[in-house]
Amino acid sequence: MFTSNPFAELSASIPPAVMQAYVVLMIVLVAAGTLFDVVHKRSARYFFDSWRRSQGTGAKQLGGGELASIAAKTAVVDVLASGEFCNPRRRIAHLLGMYGFVIYVVATALLIFRYPTPATPAPGILALSWWIGALMICVGGYWFWFFIRVDVAAEGRPPLRLMRADLFVLSLLASATLGLVWAYLQLRGASGAGLFFALYIVATTVLFAGVPWSKFAHMFFKPAAAFEKRVAEANGTAENLPTQTRNDPAQQQRHSMELLRDAPMNMGLGIKREAPRHY
Amino acid sequence: MPTFVYMTRCDGCGHCVDICPSDIMHIDKTYRRAYNIEPSMCWECYSCVKACPQHAIDVRGYADFAPLGHSVRVHRDEERGTIAWRIKFRNGTEKNFLSPITTKPWGTAIPKLADVPGPSKEMRDGHLLYNEPKYIRMDDGGLHTLKAAGLKLKKGVYY
Repeated sequence: MFTSNPFAELSASIPPAVMQAYVVLMIVLVAAGTLFDVVHKRSARYFFDSWRRSQGTGAKQLGGGELASIAAKTAVVDVLASGEFCNPRRRIAHLLGMYGFVIYVVATALLIFRYPTPATPAPGILALSWWIGALMICVGGYWFWFFIRVDVAAEGRPPLRLMRADLFVLSLLASATLGLVWAYLQLRGASGAGLFFALYIVATTVLFAGVPWSKFAHMFFKPAAAFEKRVAEANGTAENLPTQTRNDPAQQQRHSMELLRDAPMNMGLGIKREAPRHY
Repeated sequence: MPTFVYMTRCDGCGHCVDICPSDIMHIDKTYRRAYNIEPSMCWECYSCVKACPQHAIDVRGYADFAPLGHSVRVHRDEERGTIAWRIKFRNGTEKNFLSPITTKPWGTAIPKLADVPGPSKEMRDGHLLYNEPKYIRMDDGGLHTLKAAGLKLKKGVYY
């Protein structure tokens, strides 16, 4: 059942060219929205200004090889493994949402451009990945939405209270959920498929057209910020954060550190033994 | 010197919301990042700065005595049991401090107050506080004064 291509069935009522034009329009909207966001919030200017400032403050000059290794570490740890999250539940939910979204978007584009009609049957694994991607978004997204989201977990707000910060996650969840419902109803030949398809298109359009007002653009600026942080650590400026640690043998011998001379190097978790939910 | 949040660093985990004694660190309604809702009520206790796992919170000096170019940043390293400060003055002077904040692993030295017998009527009516004779060593030959220890208070500052 989950190896059927919902867009091939849809091609009976909507020509593939229209579907393809819609996908191209969404890509253009994301690109334009991101550019507008970067210019409007001056995030690129902030990034390059702070880069230039850190270069002029006696920082160690990093070679091309070092920068490449930092870029690779950022890509693997911070981007592919969502390494910046401290809360493991948030990290898992983010990984589910992120990989679900990538699989869902790539599968949608491939199904619409390569296998748009029943005459060009899609490989089972590709159609299956569309369903799995959407399901992963739903699992990670609803888990985050109802239980992990900070205004629910740390601020004690009711889970159904909406605000603008929810535009991205809600439109993403609506797109995946309504897409799954529409595809399921269409597969069963049930009535209501047309209605859910219309809602699916509305939610998807909001997701991709709402870039300037939502946090969609975090997938572009977060990796840049993570890279900048790693570079600052490597060149010694560390964004003015302290660089002295107890790992340094010279520090261990200092008079004020004598209380820790026999203490273990790992003292375990302190305030982070408890989740922040004491509102 | 109220706190402010670097929005690109904050991941909205809520530790600052939880720890702020003035309840003025809240989550922004648009970007779901922490922010100081009432900077004039912030008394710079640095609790949120130390609790932030992403080092996303910094403290801004008032422009009349700290106009640009200075920095006071802290790293509370729970795992190592230390706190480190790095202070940069506007003239380029830099000071670094590293101090212990615990000597035993966290949570291993919590007094088991439930096992302590309750105070007797005599203790309740007495002027001493909990554990007082023991902790201020009044039972060990009276108060420990400078005189009793053979010391003298001198004028000025001595290190």
